[in-house]
Amino acid sequence: MITKRIIPCLDVRAGRVVKGVNFEGLTDVSSPVELARYYSENGADELVFYDITASAEGRALFTDILREVASTIFIPLTVGGGINTLADFDRVLKCGADKVSVNSGAIRNPDLIPAAAERYGSQCVVISADVKRVDGTFRVFAKGGRENTGMEAISWIRRCVENGAGEVVLNSIDTDGVKKGFDLEMLAAVCDVVNVPVIASGGAGCIEDFTRLFHTVPGVDAGLAASIFHFGEVQIRDLKRAMAAAGIPARLV
Amino acid sequence: MIAIVDYGVGNLFSLQSSLAAIGAEAQVTADPAVLRLADRIILPGVGAFGDAAQKLRQSGLADLLVTLAREGKPILGICLGMQLLFEKSFEYGEHEGLGLIEGEIRPIADVIDAGLKIPHIGWNALSFGAEKHPLFRYVEEGECVYFVHSFYGANCAPAVIATAEYGAELTAAVAKGNVMGCQFHPEKSGKTGLAILRAFCEGVATC
Repeated sequence: MITKRIIPCLDVRAGRVVKGVNFEGLTDVSSPVELARYYSENGADELVFYDITASAEGRALFTDILREVASTIFIPLTVGGGINTLADFDRVLKCGADKVSVNSGAIRNPDLIPAAAERYGSQCVVISADVKRVDGTFRVFAKGGRENTGMEAISWIRRCVENGAGEVVLNSIDTDGVKKGFDLEMLAAVCDVVNVPVIASGGAGCIEDFTRLFHTVPGVDAGLAASIFHFGEVQIRDLKRAMAAAGIPARLV
Repeated sequence: MIAIVDYGVGNLFSLQSSLAAIGAEAQVTADPAVLRLADRIILPGVGAFGDAAQKLRQSGLADLLVTLAREGKPILGICLGMQLLFEKSFEYGEHEGLGLIEGEIRPIADVIDAGLKIPHIGWNALSFGAEKHPLFRYVEEGECVYFVHSFYGANCAPAVIATAEYGAELTAAVAKGNVMGCQFHPEKSGKTGLAILRAFCEGVATC
């Protein structure tokens, strides 16, 4: 039985993990390598690294970090942030990324997804969509959720998948940061139109939010979160046990 | 020394790193002399079967691998590398493999329930047969490993040493004497994956 995946997301700027993290046993709470190891040993099924640096120096530092993480942590790694060209795909894949997540890059250049899927395979290409309700319809937002593209989100995501994206990360701007649960309505709408893995993002506040997610929207394959894991509000080990107890297939470590 | 066959297919970074992590000396190579010298060989691979089989054949590595396998050198195929060990594949046409494992590669869509997502991607639990193969001597039944595939090993029952349930019992690993293969990615399967690589690198008793 395939298990539902739990994925911590780490934002990296200038080689350090952004957002304070405070775990016992971690000597350097903003070291991407230490955090990655911590999560991996505690049951994370996959890790997402977002490069939120804008400078070229920061970018080079990020790939150094990625290489170090990938040579010590042996679970799937997804990398996003600043992916605009095939050269960007190449740069992070060579450093040990398994999947590459595109967001604004796919909005600016509709050819990016098909070209990347052809060169690296669909399993490598993740479309990450920031979606928000505007006048009762789902709209795609760009630039980290600041700019309304005006595009209808569900059909846009479907088109990305038809063009070769092998996985969808759906980040609901409406529920993000609110910690009252994932956006089940939005997720169900996306699961209805795609047949590739869908990763829920935005809104997790407690363990029950994950069990409710997997029970209510069975088409969702994974739950992604950042701060509740970083701040230790939810331990992945406890979350996995709770999932198993609720009859949700989970990989226990 | 473990030789990782380099035939221009896929990204070998994680495989090299995971072998380094278990203290195995590994060399990425397409040099026949190095492959002959190696204690063991790993055949990696991602992408399309037809293309990969052609590259192996054009480089002359296909014949060499078959010869070395017949001489008794332990070989582990990973993902597409496992599929290449089979007699043939029906991935977009019909392609000939190395023929070291009896059976063929077919679309998982033929056997899994309609409605299940393809590829089979994610962590899935291993089931062993009545007897646990030495490749899994550090692994318990039910431990999860990471899969990404749309095709599977079919009609290979005598060689199957592990399966994973995904709307059907899919072939997860095969072995025939010194020739072994994993459909999943041990280099992406955390501690369980490293334990499987360690068993292979230490030597598998039935070889």
